[in-house]
Amino acid sequence: MSNKLTIEEIHNLYESGDATPSEIVRTTLEKIEADNERLNAYLTINRENASIAATAMDADIRSAVKTKPLAGIPVVVKDNLCAARVRTTCGSQILGNYLPPYTATAVKKLEDAGAILVAKANMDEFAMGSSTENSAFGTVRNPINTDYVPGGSSGGSAVAVAAGHVPVSLGSDTGGSIRQPASFCGIVGLKPTYGRVSRFGLVAYASSLDQIGPFATSVKDAARVLTAISGHDRHDSTSVNEPVPDYLSALTGDIKGLRVGVPPECFGEGLDSEVKASVEAAITRLKDRGAEIVEVHLPHTKYVVAVYYLIATAEASSNLARFDGVRYGYRTEDARSLSELYRRTRDEGFGAEVKRRIMLGTFALSSGYYDAYYEKAQRVRAMLANDFAEAFNKCDVIATPTAPTPAFKVGEKSDDPLAMYLGDIYTVTINLAGVPAISIPCGASSAGLPIGLQLIGNHFDEARLLNAAFAYEQ
Amino acid sequence: MPITRTEVEKIAKLANLELTDAEKDSFSGQLAAIVEYIDQLNELDTANVAPWQPRSVGNAATSHASRDDVVEPSLGQETALAQAPEPDEGHFTVPRVI
Repeated sequence: MSNKLTIEEIHNLYESGDATPSEIVRTTLEKIEADNERLNAYLTINRENASIAATAMDADIRSAVKTKPLAGIPVVVKDNLCAARVRTTCGSQILGNYLPPYTATAVKKLEDAGAILVAKANMDEFAMGSSTENSAFGTVRNPINTDYVPGGSSGGSAVAVAAGHVPVSLGSDTGGSIRQPASFCGIVGLKPTYGRVSRFGLVAYASSLDQIGPFATSVKDAARVLTAISGHDRHDSTSVNEPVPDYLSALTGDIKGLRVGVPPECFGEGLDSEVKASVEAAITRLKDRGAEIVEVHLPHTKYVVAVYYLIATAEASSNLARFDGVRYGYRTEDARSLSELYRRTRDEGFGAEVKRRIMLGTFALSSGYYDAYYEKAQRVRAMLANDFAEAFNKCDVIATPTAPTPAFKVGEKSDDPLAMYLGDIYTVTINLAGVPAISIPCGASSAGLPIGLQLIGNHFDEARLLNAAFAYEQ
Repeated sequence: MPITRTEVEKIAKLANLELTDAEKDSFSGQLAAIVEYIDQLNELDTANVAPWQPRSVGNAATSHASRDDVVEPSLGQETALAQAPEPDEGHFTVPRVI
């Protein structure tokens, strides 16, 4: 068996009788356990449940692959997605032993499509980070070179696919947390349109930005997973009742006449020269395949990081108020008053980056600063959304780098939060505008580290976005 | 804009966080640097721009329709209390407040 199997390859093994779900799941668990000391990509291995689910599928797998798009496929999900009675920590001590009573809609939809949950992936605590160094359970390592970070915050989910453990995984993306680790690990990562995938059962970070999406080794597999997890859910009032097309059948590879917008503002100061060269070569390849390259403008690009870190932290300070040591999660000992219970539980339960963001968000929302910071950011957010609306009058997809640099070394930015935030310049703006975007591998640096091309689509235009990525990939 | 230690203590109180002295020191420097960076937003004239509002994209009308008002099963007391750190006789407990 080759190191990295796609969904189609696993299904071929099932159809020919050369493998059973039990065998695939056993091999997957062996790989996960063998690599986890080195990579630290997993927080909980769902060994027993996965083995039982796989055994139950063995007898009928040859017919199941014809009716269930993910039949017998081992999957990993980020540890901020709830699976009933499976430990869900969110990378935090405050949820260190939390067993959710229900399953997230996206996870349930994967299981309904036949997937088998084999592990929960390590992540930056509460999805706050760009390197997966902020987990309360230790740093995740990039499988391409373990001196380097895998990106974040969905670092463990990216590593699960990049290391060849599973063909697909789920992450969440609030400001780039799927696309940037996909870029750093050399795989495909998709953030769908805001409202495309239900967030029911996703531990909230910033509710106007959060979205769940897939990692995969190929655009085809990302399309398969997107089809499975999309759709309206009455448990999430922000999920939208748009029809879910079969995204796989949209992959024709024909992009003749597709208008690809290139914003010069995303190719200027701060962009690594090797990344720039790779992304420009990728755009040339799209042109060679029949796309028409047009110049578009995203004139407020230099302000996006400031806007994002005000809005995301303000929402986080409110969302994380629920962690109080009363109804679930960690509780401090011997508190003498209710106020002391809250304060000490939160001080002992949260890590430094989470506290920093709660502090920044509380500041932005506090009396005397609300107008100058939070409301100002919301006004600039309206301008950013308008920039995208105007750009999409002139093009069908927009091409930029996913991140300004390849992966950086573990520890390199951990003492400088602002430097870490600045690396999010090309990804956060997509969440602020609510549009979908995908990162696909487009080369490597001289040090052998992957580089990602980001393609951005208009709202609910994932079919065209995925087809553009597929055409590039061929 | 400088963020003083007093400012940090005030924000921490609002956020129900009890910070150590070391955290207060490191946060005041780091938050000041971040806020100074954020202050570049003042270069933009936003007087005539309305704050962003969640925009109806896609089929918002049916997405946000109310469901019929019928009673449905929920978690139930036992499950709801199962993860509580200190439940007692069907209740969540907190330190004495009076």
